[in-house]
Amino acid sequence: MVDLSVKIGKLKLKNPVMVASGTFGTEYAALTDVKLLGAYIAKTITLRARTGNLPPRISETASGMLNSIGLENKGLSYFIKEKMPELARLGTPVIVSIAGDDEGEFVELTKKLSAVKKVAALELNLSCPNIKYGSREGLLAQDEKATYRIIKKVRAATSLTLIAKLSPCVTDITRIAKAAQAAGADAVSLVNTFPAMSADIGSGRPRLGNVTGGLSGPAIKPIALKMVWDTYNRVDIPIIGIGGIMNHKDAVEFMICGATAVQIGTANFVNPGSAIEIITGIKKYLDKTKISKVKQLTGSLKIG
Amino acid sequence: MKQLEVKILENRKIAQDFYKMRLESPYLAANTKPGQFFEVKCSESGDPLLRRPLGAHRILKNGIELLYKIVGRGTVALSGKNAGERLDIIGPLGNGFTLSRAYPVLIAGGTGVAPLVALAEELTKRKNRPYIIIGARTRAHLLCEKELAEFSDSLKVVTEDGSKGPRGLATAVLEKYLSVSGPRVPAIYACGPTAMLKAVAGIAGRKRIPCQVSLEEKMACGVGVCLGCPVKMKGKGEGYKMVCKDGPVFNAEEIAW
Repeated sequence: MVDLSVKIGKLKLKNPVMVASGTFGTEYAALTDVKLLGAYIAKTITLRARTGNLPPRISETASGMLNSIGLENKGLSYFIKEKMPELARLGTPVIVSIAGDDEGEFVELTKKLSAVKKVAALELNLSCPNIKYGSREGLLAQDEKATYRIIKKVRAATSLTLIAKLSPCVTDITRIAKAAQAAGADAVSLVNTFPAMSADIGSGRPRLGNVTGGLSGPAIKPIALKMVWDTYNRVDIPIIGIGGIMNHKDAVEFMICGATAVQIGTANFVNPGSAIEIITGIKKYLDKTKISKVKQLTGSLKIG
Repeated sequence: MKQLEVKILENRKIAQDFYKMRLESPYLAANTKPGQFFEVKCSESGDPLLRRPLGAHRILKNGIELLYKIVGRGTVALSGKNAGERLDIIGPLGNGFTLSRAYPVLIAGGTGVAPLVALAEELTKRKNRPYIIIGARTRAHLLCEKELAEFSDSLKVVTEDGSKGPRGLATAVLEKYLSVSGPRVPAIYACGPTAMLKAVAGIAGRKRIPCQVSLEEKMACGVGVCLGCPVKMKGKGEGYKMVCKDGPVFNAEEIAW
């Protein structure tokens, strides 16, 4: 019997496979067995409701997709009252993803969610390419100091496990990850979507209503993988690998390159059962390679 | 809603750029309503990546039929599939049309005719045969005339270039028809390009006739998870609804055209 469990901060997961924020919902419960997931990461919520960006919000690209949803959500109170009770019954840890304009909003979201039963951890979305963080130019996760400051304040406001979701669109992601670690993050998730765009030469218009968006899917996997590997060599906290994971081979690849756990995003749209199939696939891989604990994969890349 | 591997019974070119695909699935046959759609995996290779949303064209005894236009990599891949192969499909999805006892007036533009065939058939089954107007740019783009004639005693055909039927727009035929009030209260069901739907919504609004429109939008998940297919609702603070989950059929008056 292989041991699939992993630990992220105080959170013990029965397996290392989570579904990424904004890519999975209770709507999929009819198609796949949600309680088997390592964890369920809810769509990012903000303090107040957001209507989201102009359509079109989706455009397919070579081996990937662009999205520009713009964090459409009904706000914190709605989430706590209407959504969380349903998520609490899923039978798997629920990690709530939050985003704020500034540290004040992050702290308020954190305090209120820390008082809600069954919130297993918080993922700080510091890296959504489709919104403006207050009056700031660029993303929070593009600013080492802002990343540190926000996590530090949030850390002081909660005892929940904190995961910082970082942007790949930086000069050196390991510096941001180190800032997150120094500020008290329990883990980092790498990476959010890559800022990207596409235009229709027929109409001469952008393919997204917001002009630009975020690229996800297999197209970004090798780049995300290197960021995980680089970060693994520079920080001590667990890394959650994200970026175009379509099957268990991709997931194992991320773990070998340094990830303790993984998140499945775009693949859910293609096949809602992806995450569950990946869990089964990892188990078979461990059986076959006679590795007893999934933890042993993390950073096991053989060099030289 | 289920994710199924169904057998392709037929995949046939019916006109330039248009294909019909018949799928075997007693489940989909029994559970699909006119106006609902499916998320179809067009390729097993991962290219294209996302599923494609396709509406129910016919709801048969042992399965369903799709009618699709070749528009890009997804539909090209789909058109290459052969009878006997399996197709990974999720559905039925969305709300479908709400049928009333009012006199149904169906109006379609271009490919918009696809879901209205299933609707016309269902209305006929309910002994409420519809009035139907179909419009296309030109004769070659005119679809389903024969099928629809089976379900309607008054089928009007127009083309923008006059190559079949009178020259003009479907909406002009609708306006003219509605200006002569008949003995029965009408209800409009429309599917087609956004400009046509907007015009239909305007006509229905002015005449205070209930009107349902079936919308199309690029989708990723198809079930309301990704929030990728928004349509703006009328009214302050109304925000967006999702074409996949809240639609694809909406009351025309709800939408901020």
